[in-house]
Amino acid sequence: MQTEPAALVVLSRVEKRFADTVVLRDISFSVARGKSVCIIGPSGSGKSTLLRCVNALVPASSGSIKIDGIEVNDPALDKIALRRKVGMVFQQYNLFPHRTALQNVMMAPIHVLKQDRHEVEARARRLLAKVGLAEKERAYPGELSGGQQQRVAIARSLAMNPLVMLFDEVTAALDPETKKEVLVTIRELAEDGMTCMIVTHEMGFAREVADHVYFTEKGVIVEHGPPGELLARPREERTRAFLNQVL
Amino acid sequence: MTTLPVLLTPGKAALSRPSGDGWRDLFGGGALGVVLAALGISILAGNAHAAPSLGGSPGVLAILLKWAPLVFQGFLFNLLVSVLSMLAGTGLGLWLGLGRVSQLQVLRRVSGAVIQFFRNAPWLVLLFYCMFLLPFSVSLPFGTVPLPDAAKAVIGLSLPVMANVAEIVRGGVQSIPLEQWESGEALAFSRRQILWMVILPQCLRRMIPPWMNLYAILTMSTTLISVVGIQDSMTLARAALVAEGRTELFIPMYLMLLSWFFLYCYPIARGTAALERGFRVRI
Repeated sequence: MQTEPAALVVLSRVEKRFADTVVLRDISFSVARGKSVCIIGPSGSGKSTLLRCVNALVPASSGSIKIDGIEVNDPALDKIALRRKVGMVFQQYNLFPHRTALQNVMMAPIHVLKQDRHEVEARARRLLAKVGLAEKERAYPGELSGGQQQRVAIARSLAMNPLVMLFDEVTAALDPETKKEVLVTIRELAEDGMTCMIVTHEMGFAREVADHVYFTEKGVIVEHGPPGELLARPREERTRAFLNQVL
Repeated sequence: MTTLPVLLTPGKAALSRPSGDGWRDLFGGGALGVVLAALGISILAGNAHAAPSLGGSPGVLAILLKWAPLVFQGFLFNLLVSVLSMLAGTGLGLWLGLGRVSQLQVLRRVSGAVIQFFRNAPWLVLLFYCMFLLPFSVSLPFGTVPLPDAAKAVIGLSLPVMANVAEIVRGGVQSIPLEQWESGEALAFSRRQILWMVILPQCLRRMIPPWMNLYAILTMSTTLISVVGIQDSMTLARAALVAEGRTELFIPMYLMLLSWFFLYCYPIARGTAALERGFRVRI
């Protein structure tokens, strides 16, 4: 066992209920700085809700979520301060359709972080180049393919210099061709040392990119481990059944 | 880009397509023709009717032209009232509509009640209340400001406009998918920033057609102010008719006024329709 670097994200006994339905039950895990975790599991197992709890888009019902020392499950939470540290990319990209790719990337740093416009513009151009879209900076989201939009969304999120990135089934709406370009972008990010929490249905991708994989079903973590072990030799019957279905 | 044909109502689609020949489109060729023809016929009929009794008196057209400048001044006053009411109503309605989508339940409820009240009250009743309940002057910290009847009328008309604009704003804001709010939140924008920088710019385009439509309705409704004793085009037209005392003038006089309103409002309606076509779902 290697020594654990300082944990950046720590969840302990997190529970989420919507009225009578328990969506997450007793979720505990941590993500070390610079590591990537993948969360896999059948649809409706609470994976997306888990990510949404982490950046307070959805309040957790009980338990504790700590990010870089900030307690998320706290009524007095400064959501803005938290979200400056946590980037999120959505399944449906959710770019702002009335702004160009470059403007999409520049908006938050200028208006939230109050950074200098010229500095932000230079950084935004670098980020677009990094996701392979330097020549598309003037394009509006409607003029881009799904994969291109998703890469702009990743650049937009990175422009805030987050400590951790959340990816919520970001390739689920894409066709196989464009899927790949997005996955490559995320893998490069993870290799560069970005801390990532990735909800995905792409087992091959999880195997490549994750340091640790969590399998969730019906709101609980059934099993977790390094991808080589969990994906190749699952211990739990339910994990095996799920992997047999998707692989 | 193609417009989804399934989204078009079959009959209407064909009707609303511009035929492409400039001013006829804008001023509604056929409809304007009908109005002008009616005006012409009423003038001729008036002349024929009057001929036996009044030998050397001027014709209907001459009398109309004599009064036209005065009535037209009244018409311009109607337009002034419409512009001022629209400005006031839009300014107030924007905030009322934002109140309707506020996170504060109290604010949402109160805004909703105000909107429902003013949207469902007859315009003329609101006008009456404003004319007779508002004071002749208001005391402000810097002095007393007189409140002439025209100002009261503008206030009276701006109330229903406000409620309708609020409803347009509410509809516009709610037409934007919730995911836009979510992605704004995830980027650490405040709710206010999301509203003004992400949501409102997107719904502005969708709000313009119903807003223009409302303006056209308001412009025609400004003639209501003649009922509460303000000298607008209707009052002046009636005064002219009384001064001439000739019944055959009645129809052409009001047709003349009607044609001015038509010439002003019809292009707005056409413009609205054109914009709406532009916003149709594209793939």
